[in-house]
Amino acid sequence: MPYIPVTGEQQEDMLHKLGVVSVEELFEDLPKRLRYPKLDLSAGISESEVLRELSALAATNANADDYRWFLGAGAYNHFIPAVVPALASRGEFLTAYTPYQPEVSQGTLQAAFEYQSMIAALTGMDAVNASHYDGATALAEAVLMSLRGTSEDKRLVLLPEGLHPEYRAVLELYLSAFDVELRTYRGRPADAAAEKTTNTGLTAVVACYPDFYGRIPDLSGAAEAIHEAEALFIVAADPIMLGLLKSPGAWGADIVTAEGQSLGNELAYGGPYLGIMATTNALVRRMPGRIVGEARDAEGRRGFALTLVAREQHIRREKAVSNICSNQGLAMLRSCIYLATMGKTGLRRAAELCWHRAHYAAKRIDALPGFTVEEGAFFKEFIVRTPIDAEILAERLYERKMVPGLPLSRYFSDRRKELLVCVTELNTREDIDDLVESLREESK
Amino acid sequence: MKLDTEARYAKSHEWVRKDGAEYVCGISDHAQHSLGDIVFVDLPKIGASFDAGSSFGVVESVKAASDLYLPIGGKIIATNAALADNPDLVNKDCYGEGWIIRVAPTDANKAGAEWNNLLTSDDYEKIAEED
Repeated sequence: MPYIPVTGEQQEDMLHKLGVVSVEELFEDLPKRLRYPKLDLSAGISESEVLRELSALAATNANADDYRWFLGAGAYNHFIPAVVPALASRGEFLTAYTPYQPEVSQGTLQAAFEYQSMIAALTGMDAVNASHYDGATALAEAVLMSLRGTSEDKRLVLLPEGLHPEYRAVLELYLSAFDVELRTYRGRPADAAAEKTTNTGLTAVVACYPDFYGRIPDLSGAAEAIHEAEALFIVAADPIMLGLLKSPGAWGADIVTAEGQSLGNELAYGGPYLGIMATTNALVRRMPGRIVGEARDAEGRRGFALTLVAREQHIRREKAVSNICSNQGLAMLRSCIYLATMGKTGLRRAAELCWHRAHYAAKRIDALPGFTVEEGAFFKEFIVRTPIDAEILAERLYERKMVPGLPLSRYFSDRRKELLVCVTELNTREDIDDLVESLREESK
Repeated sequence: MKLDTEARYAKSHEWVRKDGAEYVCGISDHAQHSLGDIVFVDLPKIGASFDAGSSFGVVESVKAASDLYLPIGGKIIATNAALADNPDLVNKDCYGEGWIIRVAPTDANKAGAEWNNLLTSDDYEKIAEED
């Protein structure tokens, strides 16, 4: 039996609906030379030769283990206890794909249930799903949740000016087929939501906690003003920071999303990362993704099974709450083990270290001639105004095996002299002093 | 099968009844019976507008989840708040306490035409019996 479930007739039908006559035409936008490139492969080399070549290539990368690392901007260098990869790589967890049948998968289901329970406690929310691809897609799904049951025209979502530019791009893509305006606001979310005259059809207000620039927004009055406007209050949070600061749930959020990479997942270009999503009991049936619930079997023993599945695509097909609902089982498992290992106190200590070290670094950098740190409340990341072009400065520090942060020109061509610096519990005081000294010397 | 003779019906099993210039809408006895015990009704936002035939919500039972389609286009002016805690009202009294939404038509003439295109209780009964 061929594993191709599409008949010629169905293919014709799909092409017809798309308004093209052939598959060839469908890929017309790709340059012809890239469509079916000839692969010019050599005859082959031995395994040891391959290893040597790949190791040499890998050695040209800068990585967080060999460099002193002050780069964040969405992916964070936090400590991962050895127990996390040791447990997560056990064959019982690693080998099975989408193992949700309760009769054979109690271990996986229990891990998902415990992950959900710990994230619920951390975010201050009622219900959590078994994860999304990453923080950006979780936020996009949260915005989609706010559109359900609203008119199909005149819908408005308010996004903070400090939203990660890549999150913004993902949101625009996810919402491209919907009639929704994505409008940027500055300042407090409470004030943005209260602009009644311009907010026709408001369905959601997003706040970043903290934002891309590390700034912690003032969330006071936000929930009241947003609910007054009959919209949903969505908070995209840093999960490590939640170990220390007031939870989004306590701020009155309706949906909380987060990038879960910080919780026990490696820094990796392209992921896999972890999309965290939590909501209230009132909205749980609008939440996409899998939810694992606690149950009793016929003999009264505690067990776990998927629950509220009527929202999902294997039941509702194209009418499902979301059809992009694969979770990140292994990344979720690592976060579960990480949270269980750290505990409430451990996570708080890690967050406190980030806070104190980041504030120590900011204070010292701000004292350097020509450097200023942007004022305002921050957690572990902050903007530094540099006396010379930040990209040039960063290049010079790479030579010293140090990554000083993200030059903002990467996303904003007019912001040439700004560096986004991130300090975590892994940056020692010695590292920070070295960074400060290097910035001083290389900016002359 | 219970029927409300004053109501008109959609082939997708919603009923709608005139109430002054407004319309009240729910699902038929045949629909609630086919779905089984209803555990959740996803209601639209009050003030939202939909065209006739658009999906405005979902009824979820222990067996299935089905979309609700609006028989008369207009603005949702009320939803049955009692369904949040007691979704089984739809099973117990689908034409009364189990109503779902109240609609104010955007265009009275258009609504009149939409009403005329809906099935009478006699015609609906025939369709439902074959279902």
